Amino acid sequence: MLDVVKTVPIDYYLWLSCALFCIGVFGVLIRRNALVVLMCVELMLNAVNLLLAAFSTYLSDAQGQILVFFIMVVAAAEAAVGLGILVMIFRNTHTTDIYLLDKLRG
Amino acid sequence: MTLAVFLTLAIASVIFALIMVLTKNPVHSVIFLLLTFFAIAGQYVLLNAQFLAVVHIIVYAGAVMVLFLFVLMLLNLNTEAEPRQTARWKLAAALASGMLLLTIVGALRGGAELPIPETSDPHVGLVKNLGRVLFTDFVVPFEIAGILFLAAMVGAVLLAKREIR
Repeated sequence: MLDVVKTVPIDYYLWLSCALFCIGVFGVLIRRNALVVLMCVELMLNAVNLLLAAFSTYLSDAQGQILVFFIMVVAAAEAAVGLGILVMIFRNTHTTDIYLLDKLRG
Repeated sequence: MTLAVFLTLAIASVIFALIMVLTKNPVHSVIFLLLTFFAIAGQYVLLNAQFLAVVHIIVYAGAVMVLFLFVLMLLNLNTEAEPRQTARWKLAAALASGMLLLTIVGALRGGAELPIPETSDPHVGLVKNLGRVLFTDFVVPFEIAGILFLAAMVGAVLLAKREIR
């Protein structure tokens, strides 16, 4: 039996993940640089990953950690494509300010 | 001892994440997000999820954040030129995320009554065990993830390439 399972209640991991996720939401709302917004999305993904790993260890079920692995795969692909789009947007508009990216709005 | 390590890592990750959100310079944002990721990797080590800890460091600290830093330098955004939100918008954002936090915490209260088994297997996060599960039960999703990576690679190259006329 792991030391962490005995001494740290699962609640603590819940609160930590909630706090990190909400900081990520706060960042998405408050920042205007599209690059930093993408970074805040990464932070939110990591908050969820942490909780999945914690529950996986506490319940000694490997499927949670496999799911974290797949989330990392998708996050890496998302970062690559997102940054590619961002570079293209910058090439066309010479800015990454999300306020100037409302061209699709009717 | 374990609780102290957990609390240190938790407080450090929350503080680094807050600094990352609130700092004006995008390069500082990247660096503090990196520190947050290292704190989270520490949590994985604490949970004995060794495979995840290593993959987390390699993928996030090694690949994703370097990619972010590269794009930041490439686009010359490493100044404090980012226009700021108005004070009213900041207040609204803080209220919205704070209320989201309250809602999630309220919904998840009572986690202590969750049925955590008395005897748990400490080897669940080791490479041997995870590799066995990944290549038996999850082999089809694993192959699909490979195709996803191929598609993402082609897409990223196609998007970032300058058009040839």
